[in-house]
Amino acid sequence: MSGMQVIFLIAAAVTLGSAIAAVSARKMLHAALWLVLALLGVAVIFALLEASFFAVVQVLVYIGAISILVIFAVMLSRTSLTDEGSQTNRGWWVAALGLVIVLIGVVAALSLWPKWTAMPGALPAAATDMATLGKQLVDPNGYLLPFELSSILLLAALVGAIYTAVDKKEEKP
Amino acid sequence: MIPLSWYLILAAALMSIGLFGVITRKNLVGALIGIELMLNAVNINLVAFWRYFHNARPEMDGLVFVALIFVVAAGETAIGLALIISAYRSRKTVDVNELNLLKG
Repeated sequence: MSGMQVIFLIAAAVTLGSAIAAVSARKMLHAALWLVLALLGVAVIFALLEASFFAVVQVLVYIGAISILVIFAVMLSRTSLTDEGSQTNRGWWVAALGLVIVLIGVVAALSLWPKWTAMPGALPAAATDMATLGKQLVDPNGYLLPFELSSILLLAALVGAIYTAVDKKEEKP
Repeated sequence: MIPLSWYLILAAALMSIGLFGVITRKNLVGALIGIELMLNAVNINLVAFWRYFHNARPEMDGLVFVALIFVVAAGETAIGLALIISAYRSRKTVDVNELNLLKG
């Protein structure tokens, strides 16, 4: 077993373990902090896949921004500091059983695919050149339309989030 | 060298765990955490396919989609947070079972 495989297995175990803790932790603040660990594991996976730019973006955007937003949401929406009682629905075991069956089915179906055990080829230096990615994003024959649409989406999300979250009672004198 | 199957199994497991969170969590923020995990599973798959089939298709389609998913995830979390805070302000709860304003 090579060093890469050992690093992968450790990162995958940390990711899956903290993901399970994130969806089952009783206190929502703990769940949010477990989510940070799971996202960090995914960043390690990105680094293993030689997508170093996205490993950095993962840390910046997901861990730096999104998980902080989630922690804010937890802190702003708590009725008590302890989060008493069960945090999951009564039929949680039905969902768990169904999802395990679906997971096994998906993996079994995918394992029939001939490229299931494909090994990575050598990655040319041009492949990790982010200037190429940037040019493709603003190329009219490439991804200019999704790029511009995503900027409009971000603007709409910004305006919509501010409008939705603002306390309308305070506006009236 | 790591076979492609390892990444796909990891992504499928992460997707299942995230979906489990979305389905079973009573707390709205918990459902949001599950959605984040699901989006991350998709990103792992896209980056893995880009890395393993880059020689067959030299365009950086996979990375473009990953970048777009980051944008969508950021917008989705901001809107979700705003909705949760708004719902909490008017109903004093974020329990999915008690937010039944639309119940007929």
